Amino acid sequence: MVSELPWDPKTGTLKRALVDGMINPACRHALEAALILKNEHPTEITVITMGPPIAEEVLREALAMGADRGILISDSKIAGADTLATSKILADAIKTACPDFDLVLCGCHTSDSETAQVGPQITEELNVPGIAYVDQLELNNRSLRIQRLSDGFTETLDMPLPGLITVTTQQNAPRYISLSGLEDAFSEADITCLDLNDIGLNSGLTGSDRSPTRILRVYSPVTEKDNTVMRGSAGKIVQQLFDQFDDKIGGAIGKDIKEHQS
Amino acid sequence: MTMNEQLTEIWVFGDYRNYFQNRVTLQLLSRGVELAQKTGATVCAVVFGHEVDEWVGEYIAHGADRVLVIDHPELKQYKMETYVNLMVQLIEDLNPDIILIGATNFGREFAPRIAKRMQTGLSADCVGLDINEDGIMVQTAPSFGGNVLAEIITPECRPQMATIRPGTFQEIPHNYERTGEVVKLELPDNLPEERVKLVQSERSTQRFQRIEEAKVVVCGGRGMGSKKKFRKLAELAALMNAEIGATRPVIYANWIESEALIGQAGKNIKPKVLFSFGISGAIQHTAAIKNAEFIIAVNKNPKAPMMAMADIAIVADANQVCTAMIKELKRRIR
Ligand SMILES: Cc1cc2nc3c(=O)[nH]c(=O)nc-3n(C[C@H](O)[C@H](O)[C@H](O)COP(=O)(O)OP(=O)(O)OC[C@H]3O[C@@H](n4cnc5c(N)ncnc54)[C@H](O)[C@@H]3O)c2cc1C
Repeated sequence: MVSELPWDPKTGTLKRALVDGMINPACRHALEAALILKNEHPTEITVITMGPPIAEEVLREALAMGADRGILISDSKIAGADTLATSKILADAIKTACPDFDLVLCGCHTSDSETAQVGPQITEELNVPGIAYVDQLELNNRSLRIQRLSDGFTETLDMPLPGLITVTTQQNAPRYISLSGLEDAFSEADITCLDLNDIGLNSGLTGSDRSPTRILRVYSPVTEKDNTVMRGSAGKIVQQLFDQFDDKIGGAIGKDIKEHQS
Repeated sequence: MTMNEQLTEIWVFGDYRNYFQNRVTLQLLSRGVELAQKTGATVCAVVFGHEVDEWVGEYIAHGADRVLVIDHPELKQYKMETYVNLMVQLIEDLNPDIILIGATNFGREFAPRIAKRMQTGLSADCVGLDINEDGIMVQTAPSFGGNVLAEIITPECRPQMATIRPGTFQEIPHNYERTGEVVKLELPDNLPEERVKLVQSERSTQRFQRIEEAKVVVCGGRGMGSKKKFRKLAELAALMNAEIGATRPVIYANWIESEALIGQAGKNIKPKVLFSFGISGAIQHTAAIKNAEFIIAVNKNPKAPMMAMADIAIVADANQVCTAMIKELKRRIR
């Protein structure tokens, strides 16, 4: 399970306010899907995330949900990594920490950027079959049958393992984490922290060096229309609106809303 | 003006599935033509499939100078790995400068995989594309989480890639007199076998494109206050033959199904009249309503960005205005 975290690259902190837990919503669904699979097919679930040291909290939450161990990739060289660099780092972490993996599950996107690029790019980096936007999954003899809604089609697909999927928030509603579970996860958690050296990226790739995109400028667009402001009681405003714009509104809704003298 | 870089080819991925509802390929061709005019580049559509002549003709009629086609029974259905392999081979052979891909579900998975193979940058959900004085494509997209737009470039790596949501640009009306070059290519015989097998594909019963084409849309935000109050908008919409849209907090709170989401993560709309109730006007929402002709916004806060975008800014309680509109319309419509 891989998590792309809602952390702020400028301050190096997680945007806690974004989600009620620490885990990105779609990643939480991905973890739930993994836990359901584990129920029927005994296995070990490793949760991997990358980010500043505080991201460890995400791993603890994942362990409290039922994951077996957590791996945090943390390195000052990571800041500013775009999706290409991120997918390279996460793929190399998977190769290092879980060389014999059967299935990688990712959330389909983060709730703060929604680029949805990292999962498909890890697929390429690992050179395994992959499917994005998975709603439902079922495992039969090392073949995963998945269902998804894609551009107005309901698709059923079969994928051999090992492979990678990205999971939507449509199904696999995450389980409730009990307080005691959370406490246990804090006291006896199996969490490993790795830096780029540990995953074999000692030279070459450093976050923004390997990020082909540059941000030229960031701005807030201003659209100031020369508009009509209406104030007062709702009843009066609505009268005025329909009197003044009866043609425009009536025309669009295809009904006559002119005030009729009776 | 001197160009540091000479642009030669702009490619648009021919995403013809749902052709009649989903015009994103045509919209990208149109923007591609505008970019090409600035630089003297050619606009080229890339089509994979079987029996695709109809789409090839449409793409030329809508602005493509050239269409690269691989037509083969093996390609009858969209196949991710195969399409990625084909595209990557074409890029390596022909070195396009720019590739534009519609942000359909397929496109959103397809584009990052190609960018990864080519080790190049990709910006998602662009709301604007331009060429700067250096001949580099400037991609404008809502920036990570914040209420701001970012201009992004891929200065060194090629191709420069972007995905764009349906409805961001306007298509050029077709012109069946237009001619273009059609380049038919063979399906390479060294293609690796597709590892993911499509077992079944059924058109879902999901409503498609109703709100995108609606003349009147009633959009509600968190300012409606509660699910019950939000539901009042349905009564108002019914009176006006309007479709209902919503912002993300409303979807998260489950006041309405996610189909109704208007914005970067949802749908683009272009109604003649848009009613906006209790919406602050965050960029991820307003990017998708740029093409609304006439906007009436109701907000308690006259300084909300949504009010600045509106033609009529009503400073009042959204629920009271909604209720008053229902009452007044019932009286006026006979
Ligand atoms: C990656 C990403 C993608 C996103 N995609 C989308 C998207 O596709 N669509 C989308 O909508 N959002 C999207 N968002 C969220 C977006 O940033 C805003 O948070 C959201 O649009 C705000 O919704 P809102 O205006 O309903 O709520 P708020 O911002 O909370 O605004 C509520 C407004 O209601 C007004 N109000 C309160 N009470 C009343 C009242 N009684 N009467 C009248 N007015 C009242 C307030 O003054 C305020 O202006 C996305 C965010 C991110 C990070």
